[in-house]
Amino acid sequence: MKDFRRISVRHLTKSYGDKTAVDDFSLELGEGEFVTFLGPSGCGKSTALNCITGLVPISSGELWIDGELLDDGKRSVPPERREFGMVFQNYALFPHLTVKENVAFGLKLRKLSRAEVDRRVADAVRLVHLDGYERKFPSQMSGGEQQRVAIARCIVLEPRLLLLDEPLSNLDAKLRIELRYELKALHERLKVTTIYVTHDQTEALALSDRIVVLRLGRIQQIGTPEAIYSDPANPFVADFVGFKNAWRGEIAALAEAGERLRLELETRAGRLEAELAYPAGDPRRAGLVEAFERGSPVVTAVRPEDISLVPSGAGRNSLRCTARLVEYQGHSCQVSAGLEAEGAGAPGDSPERVDLRTAACVAAGESFTARVEPGKVLVFPLGEAAR
Amino acid sequence: MSGARGSGTALLLFPAILFVALLFVYPFGYGLFTSLTGADGGFTLGNYARFFSTPREVRTIWTTLGIALPVTLLAVGLAVPLAYHMRRGIAGERIISFFLIVPVTLGTVLVSEGMLSFMGPNGWLNQLLMALGLVSKPVQFTHNYAGVAISVGLQGFPYAFLMLLGYVSGIDPDLEKASQMLGATKWQTFWKILFPLMVPGIAIAFCLNFVMAFSVYPSAVLLGQPSGPQRVIALAAYQMAFEKFNFNAASAIAMIMAAIELLVIAAVLAWRNGMYRGASIVGKG
Repeated sequence: MKDFRRISVRHLTKSYGDKTAVDDFSLELGEGEFVTFLGPSGCGKSTALNCITGLVPISSGELWIDGELLDDGKRSVPPERREFGMVFQNYALFPHLTVKENVAFGLKLRKLSRAEVDRRVADAVRLVHLDGYERKFPSQMSGGEQQRVAIARCIVLEPRLLLLDEPLSNLDAKLRIELRYELKALHERLKVTTIYVTHDQTEALALSDRIVVLRLGRIQQIGTPEAIYSDPANPFVADFVGFKNAWRGEIAALAEAGERLRLELETRAGRLEAELAYPAGDPRRAGLVEAFERGSPVVTAVRPEDISLVPSGAGRNSLRCTARLVEYQGHSCQVSAGLEAEGAGAPGDSPERVDLRTAACVAAGESFTARVEPGKVLVFPLGEAAR
Repeated sequence: MSGARGSGTALLLFPAILFVALLFVYPFGYGLFTSLTGADGGFTLGNYARFFSTPREVRTIWTTLGIALPVTLLAVGLAVPLAYHMRRGIAGERIISFFLIVPVTLGTVLVSEGMLSFMGPNGWLNQLLMALGLVSKPVQFTHNYAGVAISVGLQGFPYAFLMLLGYVSGIDPDLEKASQMLGATKWQTFWKILFPLMVPGIAIAFCLNFVMAFSVYPSAVLLGQPSGPQRVIALAAYQMAFEKFNFNAASAIAMIMAAIELLVIAAVLAWRNGMYRGASIVGKG
């Protein structure tokens, strides 16, 4: 849309009194990129978004578009002059205006000719598949339709940056997926630079070019959906993108074999082998070597689907478990099991939990043997940040 | 089943309907009937005819409108920006609300009495104004139009303000942000978004205030010149009833008051409907 090459957010910080909502947030956005801020509620993702819009004044840091300084905490271009578009969680449509008037609102402020306003409104309304709704009021429409109006109201202005604050979270599950597809299609077509805020990892993975994972106001990881999904930077990110089975333990033995790092772990779930594809020079490899040398604690992360049922009998990386809760999920079963630790009391007494997903369901109370694939175990040193 | 439930629900309305009937419909009907009754007990329009053919009586309509309309406009006009300013809460909001509500709780007579001494020629206000050198001789605030207007305004303003504060703080704050993100300044956002959404509240606040102000009586007696320029219509009705003991003519005056109030309310509601439908072309002022 509008020509620019880069949006830079540099060391953005926002504090309320002695509470820091966003801490040292830096991000570079390329033209046409779709970036998602992902994190649980209270992680600062919405605050970061609002700081970028200018609706919330920043405490320090800088916001640039190419060579144009938009904000440095002292001088700040007001939101209405940034040419950004924002879509709100609750749609924020003007209830006293029709669909057409809502979409035309920004164009009329720009004093465009009536013919041009009409043409661009018609284009935008068609783009979000709401032809024929022009004369309706927001209260006469469903949530999904209202959110489409909100999107049309923004893109009709061809914003330099489109910001969406949990736009789908007020919709029911089916509609959410539908509108997610439409957002994706719309972005493919218009290539407008977009920041999307969500707590839903599925949305983030489906839509984004890059994901920024936030926790307590701090960036945890920036990466492509693939990187975030398969290679989380720390136990928090791992947990947030669906890893479970965080067992604490220590590294009993460590072997460096070329591109791979082989670990023998002594965890609360028992003895485990892990094989990590960390090449030499990778800081994560250095971190684990250091944890081994110091004997400091580590924690694992394994996806439920990477633990499989095996015929009974002890083997490497096998765990004896008793199923506690079994959730039928159609294509598979989600099983939450207690570990039958050696020397422990009655089965299921152990506090350590095993979460797995299996195609062959087990019944609650049933004992079984599960195997953890060594190549699927992630191991993180337990630093202060993760505690 | 649904029929039984329907009649059950209707029964719940009964006390309210009875209440309205006893306290409103019956007195109103009785008043209308009385106003159309002559001294001989027969039907007549004479009570109305006499009112409208007596310039001294007709003048009370304009006198009262002359107090009620400007005061109501001013009270609502001040309440709108104040409510807008306080919509997200401000420091000292409770103190401000307290002082706004106090005059309402004290009642008209006490406030009027207080004003007589506070704003009188030797009152604190005039002493302060003279001490500050703003005026050289006492300003006449009492026993004239200003006294009545201030008193009526003090009584009406808190209602208008509280009602509008409720309205404007109920408007989703994201609407303002959305408007701003679409390029509107604060001023444009106020006139194009907030004001149209406040119109229903403004209309109701105006109607309530106007009705209260139009039936002004104690303020006019205590702070105005009730025999001259501030002879309001309620006073005319009172004198007709309790000085001339003509209840039929007094009822006619009361009916005329009601008719004028209804006319003004109808005009205000018509304005509201016009604003709320075609709201994208809200006038600037």
